[in-house]
Amino acid sequence: MSRPFLLAALAEFDRLDGGEVLVAQNIAFAVVAVTMLVSAVRMVTTRNVVHAALYLVIVLAGAAGLFILLGAEFVGVTQVLVYIGAIVVLFLFGIMLTKGSFGDDDGVEGEQRLMAGLVGALVLCVTGGALIDTFGGAELSRAEPSLTADVSDMIFSQYIVPFEAVSVLLLAALIGAVVVARKD
Amino acid sequence: MFLNQFLLLSAALFAIGVYGVLARRNGVLVLMSIELILNAVNINLVAFAAFGNSLAGEVFTLFVIAIAAAEVGVGLAMVLLLYRNARNIDLSRIDLMRG
Repeated sequence: MSRPFLLAALAEFDRLDGGEVLVAQNIAFAVVAVTMLVSAVRMVTTRNVVHAALYLVIVLAGAAGLFILLGAEFVGVTQVLVYIGAIVVLFLFGIMLTKGSFGDDDGVEGEQRLMAGLVGALVLCVTGGALIDTFGGAELSRAEPSLTADVSDMIFSQYIVPFEAVSVLLLAALIGAVVVARKD
Repeated sequence: MFLNQFLLLSAALFAIGVYGVLARRNGVLVLMSIELILNAVNINLVAFAAFGNSLAGEVFTLFVIAIAAAEVGVGLAMVLLLYRNARNIDLSRIDLMRG
């Protein structure tokens, strides 16, 4: 059995053995997963757009929790900072600036909604079937959380070219957004 | 923990995001559904990073987060432009280029 990483420190205090820590991890996963799924469904079905943004916050926070559960601390913190801190605020601004144009999004035709549900169900069935078929009993094996220093070493050595490309892309998006949204 | 529990959760989130993109007509909500899809991809990448004891997945997740931020900026600018020109952001009523 793989040595659990997140609650390993706790295990030494609580005298939990590996199996109990694994149970705790699975319970945490179940709670986060159910919360995320319910919030995601509510997000795409709610009529109030502001509520949808707040449900999106719950989904993003759940994803950050999953990242930490998987030992990717830096990614989890970045998720909170960038997504919940910046992108959701941007969405709320977008909602407020276009408020009154839509009110509540209740005019969705039944046929369109049915077809969309059908496509979503098909996507889930195909990917889910393939995943169960391929990774049926695969267990997560990482023994300890990944270090932020290692992540940064990798970004600034092996992936330096994509990193610079992303920098230029962000600059281009910044200028592009200003040009597109400018008033004249 | 099994690898599959993360992958299946992410597949479900992806499917919900696809539904949101197709079913909703509010431009901002479509962008939010796209964020849901990108997040499903991120969970996949981090889960595979943990599975393969490699950091490449985490690095790519960081790239995806950065590009998602850029995408939201440009997308919301376009939605605002749409609102200024057409006075609504109902995507089913934007049919200027329909054949």
